[in-house]
This record gives sequence, C-alpha cells and structure tokens, in this order.
Amino acid sequence: MKLINHDQVLKKMSPRKWKNSVFKGLFMFATALALVVLAILLYRIITQGIGYLDWQFLQSLPSRNPEQAGIKTALIGTIWLMGVVAPVTLILGVGTAIYLEEYASKNKFTSLIQINISNLAGVPSIVFGLLGLTVFVRALTLGTSVLAAGLTMSLLVLPIIIVASQEAIRSVPMELREASFGMGANKWQTIVRVVMPAALPGILTGTILALSRAIGETAPLVVLGLPLFLAFLPQSVFDMFTVLPMQIYNWTSRPQEEFHAVAAGGIIVLLIMLIVMNSIAVLIRNKFQKRF
Amino acid sequence: MNLHQEEKAISVQELIQQKKSKSQNKIKSEKIVPVILLLTAIVSVLTTIGIVVTLFVETTTFFSHVSIKEFFTAQKWYPFSETQGSYGILPLISGTLKVALIAAVVAVPIGLAVAIFLSEYASDRTRRVIKPILEVLAGIPTIVYGFFALTFVTPVLREMIPSLQIFNALSPGIVIGIMITPMIASLSEDAMSSVPKVMKEGAYALGATKLEVAIKIVIPAAVSGIVASIVLAISRAIGETMIVAVAGGSTPNLSFDVTSSIQTMTAYIVQVSQGDAGYGTTIYYSIYAVGFTLFIFTLFMNMLAQFISKRFREEY
Repeated sequence: MKLINHDQVLKKMSPRKWKNSVFKGLFMFATALALVVLAILLYRIITQGIGYLDWQFLQSLPSRNPEQAGIKTALIGTIWLMGVVAPVTLILGVGTAIYLEEYASKNKFTSLIQINISNLAGVPSIVFGLLGLTVFVRALTLGTSVLAAGLTMSLLVLPIIIVASQEAIRSVPMELREASFGMGANKWQTIVRVVMPAALPGILTGTILALSRAIGETAPLVVLGLPLFLAFLPQSVFDMFTVLPMQIYNWTSRPQEEFHAVAAGGIIVLLIMLIVMNSIAVLIRNKFQKRF
Repeated sequence: MNLHQEEKAISVQELIQQKKSKSQNKIKSEKIVPVILLLTAIVSVLTTIGIVVTLFVETTTFFSHVSIKEFFTAQKWYPFSETQGSYGILPLISGTLKVALIAAVVAVPIGLAVAIFLSEYASDRTRRVIKPILEVLAGIPTIVYGFFALTFVTPVLREMIPSLQIFNALSPGIVIGIMITPMIASLSEDAMSSVPKVMKEGAYALGATKLEVAIKIVIPAAVSGIVASIVLAISRAIGETMIVAVAGGSTPNLSFDVTSSIQTMTAYIVQVSQGDAGYGTTIYYSIYAVGFTLFIFTLFMNMLAQFISKRFREEY
C-alpha cells in the first residue's frame, strides 16, 4: 500500500517552492536597496565635495566667499572637543563599569543604576543639550566653551562606553581572578594587573566608538548655542569654539548651491575621520582581543 | 644547624611584620577605591536626575506664563508673535508623529526583510560582508543624512511630485527611515538568530521551505525582540533632530499633509536655540516644555520596548 501520493506531493510542492524563491528575491532586493542607498549617498557627497577638498580647504578660516571658505576652526574645535570628552568618559565610564562588574552587590540600587544606564542611552541627544544649557552653560557659567560642550557630550556618550567596558570586563574569565587571589593579590591589585589588561582591547574599542559618536553629533551643540560661524581658534578649554558638524550644518542651511558643495567637502573630512577611527577600533578588536 | 634555624625563624617573623605594615596601606586602598568607583557610577544616575529636574523646573516656569490647558489643547504653535504668542503643542506633535510614521513605513518592511535575509537565507560569508556595511549606515552622523535629504532626496521627490514644497515632511521622513533601517535590521536579526536551531531543523525535516520556516517558526519565536526593535527605532525617529531641522522646515501645522513644510518638537528647539530669544523670555522657557514632552514620549517608548522584550520573550 502506498502511504504517500507522490504526484500530489509534487503538485503541492512547486507553488510553495515558487513562493519561497519570490520572497527570497524580495528580501535580497530590500538588502540590496539599503546598500544602494549607502552607495548613492557616498557618491553624491564625494562628487559634490571633492572639488573643494584640498590643503587650502583644511587650512582656511570660514568665509562668506565659498571659494575661500575652509574648516580650520571647525577641525581644531573638533580636536579640542575630543580632548575633553576622551579623558572624562574614559574615567567615568570605566570606573562605572568596574564598580558594576567587580564591586556592586546584586541589590536594588545596582539594578537601578543598570536600568538607568540603558534608559539614558535612549534619551534624544537634544535633551542632553537642554541639560547642558541649564547646568554647564548657565548655572556653572561656563558659557559656550569647549569645557561646557565637552562635558555635555561626555554625558551623552557615557552609556556607550559603560556598556562596552562592562562587556569587556565580564568576558575576562573568573579563573584569572581566582589565580590572582590565590597568589595573594587583593581585589584592587587583581583588577589593575589582571582584569584591566585583559579587558583593555574591548574598552578601547568602546571608547573609540563613543568618541566617533561624539564628533558626529550636532543637535546638543546647537542647543548649547555654539556659534555657527567663528573666525578664531580656541586657546583654552574656557574659550568659544565650533566643530565640524556645526560648520557643515551652517553651510547646508544656506540657500546657495556653492555652499552645499563646501558642506559636502566638510562631510568628506568628517567621514574620513570617522572611518579612520572605526578602522582603528576594528583593528584593535581583531588584533588584541583574546578569546578565553 | 640549630643556630641557622633560629635565624631563619626570626627572619620569617620579620617578613610577616613587614607584610603587615604594608597591608595596612593596602587595606586603606581596598576601602577607598570602591567609594571612588561608586561615585563615578553615581554620575550616570545624577545625569538622569539632572535631566528630569532641569526639564521640570524650567517647564514649571513656562507654565506660569502659559496655561497648561492652552499648551495641550490650542491648535496653533506661533510663539514669535509681536503681542501674545500662541503655545499649543499639538501642531509640533503632529509634525513629529508624521515624520516618525513615514520613517516607520520605510524602515519596518525593509529592516525586517534585511533581517530575514541575513538570518535565514544569506550564507555566512554574505552575512559577514553585509553586517559591517549596515553598521556604516548606522554610524553616519545625522547632519550628513540631513544634507542628503535636502540636496538629493527632496529634489528627486519634487521631480515626481511637483506640488512638493522645498521643506516638507516626506523627504526627512524617508531619510530618517533609511537611518533607522539598520537598527531594526540588526536588532531583529539578533532576535531571529537566537531562535534555537533545533526548532528550525525540525521544520525543515518535515519538508518546510525556508520561507515557511521564517514565517511560521522564526518570526513567532522572535516576535518580542522584533517588536521591541521597531518600537526603539520609532523612538529614535521621534528624537531625531538634524534631519528634520535641515529638511523639514519651520512651519508648525496641524494636518495630515506631508507635502508642505512642517516643524517637529526637536526642530523647534533648534530654531529657538539658533535665534536670539533672550534668556528668561517665554520663548526661552518654551523649549524646555517642548523638550519635556519629547522626553516623556521617548521615555514611554523605550520603557514599552523593554517591557515587550521582557514580558513576551519566549524562553527556550
């Protein structure tokens, strides 16, 4: 007796297979679409901006004349901003991560901090701008200085570096710590000499990602009141400054086509900085990360 | 021999003594360090408290100038009036939701299709190529997307829809959709690839096609993660600032029209911050009231996403 009707199976199978390949095509198309959009975006920006990109563009001050406009103040400002954000986030972020992973006992307070960090990551960046405007710019009277903007940005990217450092610390195996304790080291010695070196690649990767978020952000800095147009360089962290995204925003919001091309030139520089930073992060991750 | 032993015994005792005095210092550091680390951890809590207190206090001042009833029910947002401005937040909310909705219409189908393709159809090699590219898409600064919306997407759309204004809701909506697509794709893909392999293999053994496995096994099992990723992405779209500030315009209006200029909550804050509204004016305080509303919107959606992914998670 034949339990399975072979013809029936084949007849039902073919429309199902057909449907499967149609949908596979659709899913592939959607993926290709996302990649094509990225390609168009990069192509448009490069073709528009490449003409302005030369040594003079990097070395000139912003100007009302698009031909002479440059990004010197913005580029230097971005570097100043990183100079504040990097140490502040590194100290606060890694400190928090060590506390949560190595010291905190599992209680309500610890889980409150943890929930708080994940919620903070979802707060729109412009709201951090409002916080910075009230606390740093007005209450602490720092004005629109490098320090005020740097502290605001640090708070914004703090969750990124905390989460990355926590994961890095968590991935250091317990055996390493126990061996260190067994040799008579105390907790802090174990953390500094055993856990940190092993977690360092992960922490550095997280730091670079956090910094690359910080140099691309515009919204909070607009709220702080950073000047869109500035023709001098900051001399200390208490000076006024502007950054690359602000300069790009300024040029983009002008009606003249020429300034859009200048903006595209600025975008190329910004994207190159981001690509370099991300490549370093990937390199660190691949080269130094030990798998335990 | 005997003498030698005695000598040794003394030296061991000395060593212990030395060790003890050293470890006094160690004990001190053992006590101070956790306190310092705790202080760094508290900074993040203080940030949240700072945000809530700042927004609350300044919003209270705003409501001493403008009634709460007007803020929530008036149909017009027109603060820059010579005499008495009108502060009804509904037009700003409508602008924000319009843009977020367009973004969702673009991002949800594409993001889910990419996620299904990556988790069910793509080979390991393809996945390893495409995922980093999507990360690039997610890492592009929003001002760059804003530039793209204004200088490319809007002109292209205007070719197709001649009545489209230069500033409109459609173009930034689509571009925000592009921006949040990688987020939906990668979070949903994570949820889908954490579905146990045995379940899929069971279905394949019964003769199911890849599509049937994806739709009948993987998506139902990963639904909490997928829905949470969509809610998170829409929350991101609501809080997005530069794209709408560059390409959305600055005309708050309460309508369903997507072809004309709009203003979102975020774009209003940007507009006021750039202008010279003096410290202490009603307009100055209004950005906090708008910011507070925005904060509550996104906080609600983030909590919703967390609730969904916890409450409806299928444990295997």
